[in-house]
Formats: sequence, C-alpha cells, structure tokens
Amino acid sequence: MTGSAQPRRVVALGMPRHATGPLAAPITAPEPFADAAARKLKDTQLRANLGHATRTIRDKRAAVVAEVDDWEALRDRAAAVKDDVIARLPELLARFASAATAAGATVHHAADAQQANDIVLGLVQAEQADRVVKVKSMTTQEIGLNEVLEAAGIAAIETDLAELIVQLAHDKPSHILVPAIHYNRSQIRDLFALRMPGFAADSDDPAQLAGAARRYLREQFLSAQVGVCGANFAVAETGSLVIVESEGNGRMCLTLPRTLIAVVGIEKLVPHMADLGDFLRLLPRSSTGERMNPYTSIFTGVTPGDGPQQLHIVLLDNGRGAVAADPVGKQALRCIRCSACLNVCPVYERVGGHAYGSVYPGPIGAILSPQLTGQQAGHNRSLPYASTLCGACYDVCPVKINIPEILVHLRQTGPKPLAERQLMSALSWVMRDRRRWKAALRAARAGSAPLRLMTRRRGHTLRRAPWPLSAWTAHRDAPLPAQESFRDWWRRTHE
Amino acid sequence: MTGGGAPMSELLHRFAERAGDYRADVRLCSQAELPGVLSGLLGKEVVLPQGVPPEWVAGLATIVDDGLSPADLDRPQLSVLTGCAVAIAQTGTLVLDGGPGQGRRLLTLVPDHHVCVVFAHQIVADVPDMFTALPDPTRPLTMISGPSATSDIELNRVEGVHGPRRLDIVCVIDK
Repeated sequence: MTGSAQPRRVVALGMPRHATGPLAAPITAPEPFADAAARKLKDTQLRANLGHATRTIRDKRAAVVAEVDDWEALRDRAAAVKDDVIARLPELLARFASAATAAGATVHHAADAQQANDIVLGLVQAEQADRVVKVKSMTTQEIGLNEVLEAAGIAAIETDLAELIVQLAHDKPSHILVPAIHYNRSQIRDLFALRMPGFAADSDDPAQLAGAARRYLREQFLSAQVGVCGANFAVAETGSLVIVESEGNGRMCLTLPRTLIAVVGIEKLVPHMADLGDFLRLLPRSSTGERMNPYTSIFTGVTPGDGPQQLHIVLLDNGRGAVAADPVGKQALRCIRCSACLNVCPVYERVGGHAYGSVYPGPIGAILSPQLTGQQAGHNRSLPYASTLCGACYDVCPVKINIPEILVHLRQTGPKPLAERQLMSALSWVMRDRRRWKAALRAARAGSAPLRLMTRRRGHTLRRAPWPLSAWTAHRDAPLPAQESFRDWWRRTHE
Repeated sequence: MTGGGAPMSELLHRFAERAGDYRADVRLCSQAELPGVLSGLLGKEVVLPQGVPPEWVAGLATIVDDGLSPADLDRPQLSVLTGCAVAIAQTGTLVLDGGPGQGRRLLTLVPDHHVCVVFAHQIVADVPDMFTALPDPTRPLTMISGPSATSDIELNRVEGVHGPRRLDIVCVIDK
C-alpha cells in the first residue's frame, strides 16, 4: 500500500486478520485491567466527576427514550440491518466504493492502522499542509493518526471541545462521547488558562469556557487547507457519509477546507439511505440523551461550488474482518459508538475510561479491543473480566449487542495462565470421580478445622488467606468448607 | 407532505414546540405577515443565498451570495436568511439540501445569526419521513436542531459553540 491518490478498485478483504504491531497500541491495554482499576479507584475527584456526569446523562437518556413508542422494534430493526451488513461486507464495500467514486470521491482501502496512516499522511503531504483540522473521530484515535502526523511535522488540531481539552492536557480520552468526562469545570478553566493562547475568561461557567474555545478555533477553521473526519454511517447505495455532531466544529471541518479526508471503519456501512431513518432516531437519544443532536451532515462525493473539492475516503479494516468471522463476537460490529453502555456500567462509573487502556473503554471496549487485536495482545485478555455481567449495557444498547454474552464467550476462549489451566485440569480430574471428590472434601474439612475456631465470630468466613488464595480474598471473603457434607448429613439423619 | 398522515396543524405545532425546546426562537405567521416578521428579526446586514423570493426582504439591505469568502461571512453583525427543504416535527429539525433559497453549506454556518423560513407543508412527522420527502438525498444535507451546542463540560448543555449562536425559525401557515 502506498500513499498515492489512485483509487483501488478491487475490494480485497483477504484473510481476516487482527490489528497488530506497534500501531495497535491505542487499542491495547498496557497493564491488566484489575491493576489499573485498583489505582483509579483511589482517585476520589475522578469518581465524583464521573458519578455526576453519568447520572446526568442516564436520566436524560431515559426521558427521551420513554417518548418513543416503538423503541424496542427500532432496536430490533437496527440490529437486523447491521447483521445484514456484517454478513455482506465485501459486497457492500464494493458498492459503496463504486458509488462514492462515481460521486467524485477517491476511495482507498486500508487493511490495518499502518496502511491507513500511510495513506492519510501521503495525502496531507501532497497538499503541502502543515496542519489539519479534525472532527472528533474514534477511528482516527484507534489508528493513532495524530501521533503519526505530528511525527511528520503536521499539527493535528482537535476541534471538538472535549477532544481539545484532552489534547491541551496531553491526556487521553476517557469516554467515547465525552472524552473529557473526567474533568470538571474548574479543572478545565485552569487548563485553558495555562495552555490556550489568548485565553480570557473570568469564571469557570461552561458557557464562558465554550466561548473561549470558539474564539481560539475560529482562526484555525478559516485558514485550514485539510480536514480529517471519521463517519457515523456510510451509505453503500449512494456512497454518502454521515457525520453526527453538536458543536458545529464538524460542519466547519466538512465545509471550509479544500480537501477532506474521511477515515471510515468498514462496519459503518448501512445498505440504503432510508436505513438512516431508524439510526438517526436511535443514536442521539442513546448518546447525548437528546431527541436530535444539533447538527447532522450527510454528503455524497464532491459538490461543485459547495464544500471541499477533493474528498478522500479511507475504508479501514484493522481487525474488523476477523471479528466478523467470529459467530458470537461479530455482534460487536453493530456498534454505532453511542456510549450508552458506558454511562450505565457500574464498573465504568467507578474506574473511568483510562483503566481500560484502550481508546474504546467501558463495556463495548471490553469486547471490542480484545477482538480487534486478538486476546494475546498486551493485556487485552483481562478486559472481558472488567464487568459484573449485570447486563445493564445490553438493556440500553440501541443495536442490541448482547455484551454479557460476548464477555463470557471471550472469557471462555481467551488465553489462561499456566497455573490456572493446571488447577482446572486437576479439579476436573478430582470432580470426575465420586470417590476422589469425597476424599477431597474430607481433606478440605480436616485441613480447615483449626480455622473454624478463629473465624467463629465471622460466620466461618476467612477474610485473608495466604498466597495463592490471597488473590481471591483480596476482594471477597472465603467461606470455609461446611463441617458436614449434604450426603453425610442425609445419611446421619435419614438412614 | 404530512408524513405519518397527522393533520398539518398538529405537525406544525409539534415542530414549533420541539424546535423551541432546543432554544431556537420560533414564530408563526401568515404569508402576508412574513416580510414584516423577517424585517423585525434581521439585523442591519443580511446575506441571502440565491433563490430567496425578493418579496420576503422588500425594503431591506441585502447581499446575495455570489461566492462570498468565509472571512466575508465571519462578521458579528451579519444575519443569514434561508428557506429549508424539509422540517421534522418530532425532533424540531430543519433540513437544508442546498436547493434554491438555501445555498452553500457555509452560509448557514459561519454567520452568528441564522433566520430560517419553514412552510407548514414542508413539515414531516419524523426522521424516516425526511428521506422520502427530499427530492434528492444525495445533495449535501444539513440537519439543524436548535443552535450549535455542546455538552462536553460536565454534560451540561451550553448553546453556541461554532455554528450560529442564534437560530430564529419563522413558520408560515399555508392558506
């Protein structure tokens, strides 16, 4: 793959493969989830900010969803449309590519992050631009595009307010919709005062802070040569892209620069324009808790005299083909990145997005990151355990992804440490035979007898056990074996 | 075009209420009252796309867009006046498709004040109806629901970020 602007007419998905290599870092957890979570739990400011924000958005969502009589039917239809897309990916990609090309766009195919970044960098360099203005895009975060551009001396300016906050703080996003959810207003004011050129605001009132961002970004919009965006939906029939946003920064990037580059995950396809009707009812309600977001742009190729006169669309696989091949896990590709599952998750609400070590946090991240990279990558195998399996995420998902089912599936199929495998096979040997099992129980009773005295006042539960059982008792009490088995009790009292 | 078959007056009132929910200022008037209402809303400098009926702005000083630059449009006193292609009652949404009287996308983006005229017959019931009502959905579409807003700071909605901070909608009741 090269950075050339020549359209590739062949849609070659090839063998499904995972997102790998150093460029998979944005979606690879660098440490086990449990370790990161334990550290984040100690940050009381973070927990207060998150608790306030997730409660606010949960209530708003519930109110606007209750207004829709046919919400459940809507979810079913949207899930069915996405399942159809996942089943027909190569065909619909080819249709999208030919329709978009016919409408004046140049379509590129990228198998992984490296290829996508090479293509975008090549295009920006061909424009001789020293900076790009960006619409908030999960896909460009997934491939680490900003870092690649910056290494080549090109400034990537995030124009979404929350992304700008995160970028100015040299931090990482912690929520799909509200990347700066872990900051409160006074922290944001302090950050702007420190890092935003020409910042002047006498209070931490959100309206004043948003006004400061408006002034700062306006010059950038008016002078930028190249815009970079993702897409919320891509319509196969017409080659159209859909961008859903609130602030108008998206519209600025989509209309003012001469050249626009869209990086689009292949699962964003819908077959027909008419399919958008359902998705545009589901997404804003699930995402920001509004009936409709302030601005949605739907554009098809290049329109003479209106907006960018060069449109490049980079269709990104980066592990999605491999996910589509998993009969249980493929549901994750239905995701429309609304983030409703984050806001209801009791785990996310307490640990925040950074603990997941991926740009995709929360319940959806726990099933998406390990599937895109394969569970061997970094510590992504620990992510399917970042859940209580309470199912709240499944209830709110607008495309009905059965997240708990996929979590369990990934736990079952994921790599296990040697000690755990040995323990399980030993346990399986013991439990396969009644006499062995009985002998084991007897041994456990005898072994724990001295502990019964010590733990009498606590209902015979152990608060702290020695290693390796300490891994269990770090977070829970361990009950001692019963003094008598059911079978023994039955024999003693009934025979 | 009345979408789900609901009576036009019901759609009109729902549209007005929902657009108002998202802090657009909504006014209802008759065709005859339209010029008077518009002259009350528009500022000293008014930009128009091609195709706005001249009788709407009789007596007002206007500039018709013939390729104005973004810098020309980025002036605090400027208002832009457009029509729309379709409006959606359930969500209070305006849909512009670049047709006559709507113009290029940046016209309704860079100025700080947007005044949009909606005729009652243009209002459809819900989002899916929009796609059947539009003459050609592959034209560049912009769906507008209230003024520009953000919820990025503590998830509190703040109106007015990059798009027009003031959105006035004038609904014209058809005869």
